[in-house]
Amino acid sequence: MLFVKPSLLRSRGIMGMNQRNVDYISRNNPRKLYPIVDNKLITKKYAKKHNIAVPELIDSIQYQFEIKNLETILKGIDKFVIKPAQGAGGKGILVITDRKGDSFYKPSGMEVSFDDIKRHISNILSGLHSLGGKTDVAMFEKLVDFDPVFEPYSYEGVPDVRMIVYQGYPVMAMLRCSTHASDGKANLHQGAVGVGIDIKTGRSLFAVQNGRNIERHPDTNSVFSELQVPHWDAILPLSAACYEMTGMGYLGCDIVIDKHKGALILEVNARPGLAIQIANNKGLLDRLNYVEHKAPKSASPEERAAFSVEHFGAL
Amino acid sequence: MSSRTQVYLLAFMFFALGLGLTLYKNQSLGFPLLPGQSEDIWTVEASVSFEATGDPITASLLLPQSGSNMTVLAESFSAPNYGFHIKEADGQRRAVWTRRSEQGPQTIYYKLDVVKSDEAASLAPPTKQIPNSITLTNRQEAAATQLLELVRGRSSDNVSFTIELVKELNAIKQDEKLNVSKEFKKASVTEIALILLNIEGIPSRMVRAVALEDGRRKQKSIELIEIYDNNQWSIINPLDGKNGTPENAFIWQRGGVSLLDIEGGEHSKVRFSTIETNQAARSVALDKNKVEQSALVDFSIYALPIESQSAFKRILLVPIGALVVVLLRILIGIKTSGTFMPILIALAFIDTTPAIGLAIFISIVSVGLWIRGYLSRMNLLLVARITAVVIIVIGLMGFMSVFSYKLGITEALSVTFFPMIILSWTIERMSILWEEEGPKEVMMQGGGSLFVALLAYFAMTNPFIEHLTFNFPETLLIMLAFTLVIGQYNGYRLTELYRFRDLAKNQ
Repeated sequence: MLFVKPSLLRSRGIMGMNQRNVDYISRNNPRKLYPIVDNKLITKKYAKKHNIAVPELIDSIQYQFEIKNLETILKGIDKFVIKPAQGAGGKGILVITDRKGDSFYKPSGMEVSFDDIKRHISNILSGLHSLGGKTDVAMFEKLVDFDPVFEPYSYEGVPDVRMIVYQGYPVMAMLRCSTHASDGKANLHQGAVGVGIDIKTGRSLFAVQNGRNIERHPDTNSVFSELQVPHWDAILPLSAACYEMTGMGYLGCDIVIDKHKGALILEVNARPGLAIQIANNKGLLDRLNYVEHKAPKSASPEERAAFSVEHFGAL
Repeated sequence: MSSRTQVYLLAFMFFALGLGLTLYKNQSLGFPLLPGQSEDIWTVEASVSFEATGDPITASLLLPQSGSNMTVLAESFSAPNYGFHIKEADGQRRAVWTRRSEQGPQTIYYKLDVVKSDEAASLAPPTKQIPNSITLTNRQEAAATQLLELVRGRSSDNVSFTIELVKELNAIKQDEKLNVSKEFKKASVTEIALILLNIEGIPSRMVRAVALEDGRRKQKSIELIEIYDNNQWSIINPLDGKNGTPENAFIWQRGGVSLLDIEGGEHSKVRFSTIETNQAARSVALDKNKVEQSALVDFSIYALPIESQSAFKRILLVPIGALVVVLLRILIGIKTSGTFMPILIALAFIDTTPAIGLAIFISIVSVGLWIRGYLSRMNLLLVARITAVVIIVIGLMGFMSVFSYKLGITEALSVTFFPMIILSWTIERMSILWEEEGPKEVMMQGGGSLFVALLAYFAMTNPFIEHLTFNFPETLLIMLAFTLVIGQYNGYRLTELYRFRDLAKNQ
């Protein structure tokens, strides 16, 4: 059958888009706090203040005339990411993993010229990728040197952990692995693989691509059941701390694992999508209700992480 | 109070207010809920004719009053070479024509348009008893007393008394041998009945009416009797004793004042001609309420010049389009490029017709995407690039207009109605979408926009909806109420029932 009965979804605690918007985002995320998460430069500033580890900022460009300084900025840097500070949904992110003279290379191996990069930055500044077309700032970040554990599970991209944090408690997690079909991007609706991760152990539970359960990565053929996210003990309190950092009650934290620096907060999302439910094959609502009614109101990030491990583990 | 309760309360208030105003306008002011309803309009022409004697002439005709069973929409007077004014006294309006001297037959016309109204007959109690100015002879009085006694015995109240009296008088009229009729031989049944009702102490008055019948010419007014009983006036037809205002009778005059007074003329008479015409119910209601100065109509978009009204007609449809978008996005979950893009496309469809609009939209966006692809290789700043696309889009529109005109397709000339800035921005966004998310997403959002735009178009061009939004702008409040309620909807979207279908299976 094409459609399922709404009552069936409700009984499994599946959250819908309207419920997310009406009951969770508008109730838990005060509008005035949005700049903290919507502007990645501000996010970085707040993260520093709260001692939350983030990828290192190389530089930023705010005005078109500064674009000519690009060569100086990129001198001696072979691996970097350019992103709009106010971009949403991964739009406008340019990842460079290699450089040969004036030629840069994307993870897919595609060559990008200096002019291409300049045009990309110009577009970012004009507000092409920002919410509502506001003029924006282009920021240069050091490329995360991702943990080799993920090598078998990623194709042309960096896998990241998406954690839903409700009122400070991590409630559900997934790992997003790029595929050839997703063009190195970690967006599930573009064909990336979503792997549900056990809150207690950091091990994989379930994997989906395009809404269908899969056992192996379509490009590397690695079996997902053997996947264990490293530094799991650090990821939980790190994501929980995003609550204090932003003041928002309903968050999606994107975490990457750097080979040397461990878990880093890549960005924080005030409107996290619902695909995490598909990747976990489980609805969010039961856990959200549990946090709302059973979890202690004042606890440290570490205590909250422990609470989540105790109650939201797979078994 | 929780915000949800507040929203529902507010929505309920808006809904009730909107519905109330709509029903009020429908029920009390007569605005039709359905388009295309029409109403009968009667044109009544009173012609006053007399022989002028050469003395100064003053002719005064009693005019119909509001509070009759019809509403006067318009009136006009015509009598060349005569002075004219309207005199109001004792709650009566009289048209007065004046002339210094004239000889021979004269005709003066007074014309009015009337339409049926549901107003109840005048409820005002009789101001004063009509004095019994007629002194009856002994024989007349005896005959009257005898008749009244007979009728009183057969009746139970004032209405039945009058009905019986009228019947009896009519019967006597036929039979010349009876006393009463001899005594009042020259008077009409109505006049005799009024005198007898006066003797009996029943408040009564004469009512003059004009029979409304299409194409009737030169007819006399109908005399009716109205009596006051149980705090209301009842009309009784002196011809057959029927109670109630006769069908299609337009009440011209109430009370005993003369219909026509002529000084300086003789053999005067008033004759009536009637014609029936048919007019849209809405314009009748509008005219009616303009005459009556109804605040809801007076302080509304009808007060605007026609040009602004037609602009508003379009603007009032925008919420309908927005409502369609809201429903399809929140309840169904269709993806569109931007929230209001579909409404703007739908508005353009109204001018171009959807088939041609669709063809124009798709061809302009396709050509635009192709040109935009080329422009992106030229390293332009975003704002300059969009401006370039705007200029190219306008050029395309111009070309299409000329080309289609040469081919004889005139509908394509209305391409100008497409909001080109929006088109250019769409081209830009679609092109970015293509680069970042692939053609599939472009098709999804573009197709979604067009699909929603088509639905919005059909909703906005529905004659019933168009009629309702323009004539009852109060429906905006109802739409607002709906929007508030939908804004609170936290259930699943239809597309989510598909998206999460596997989640429900694997327990």
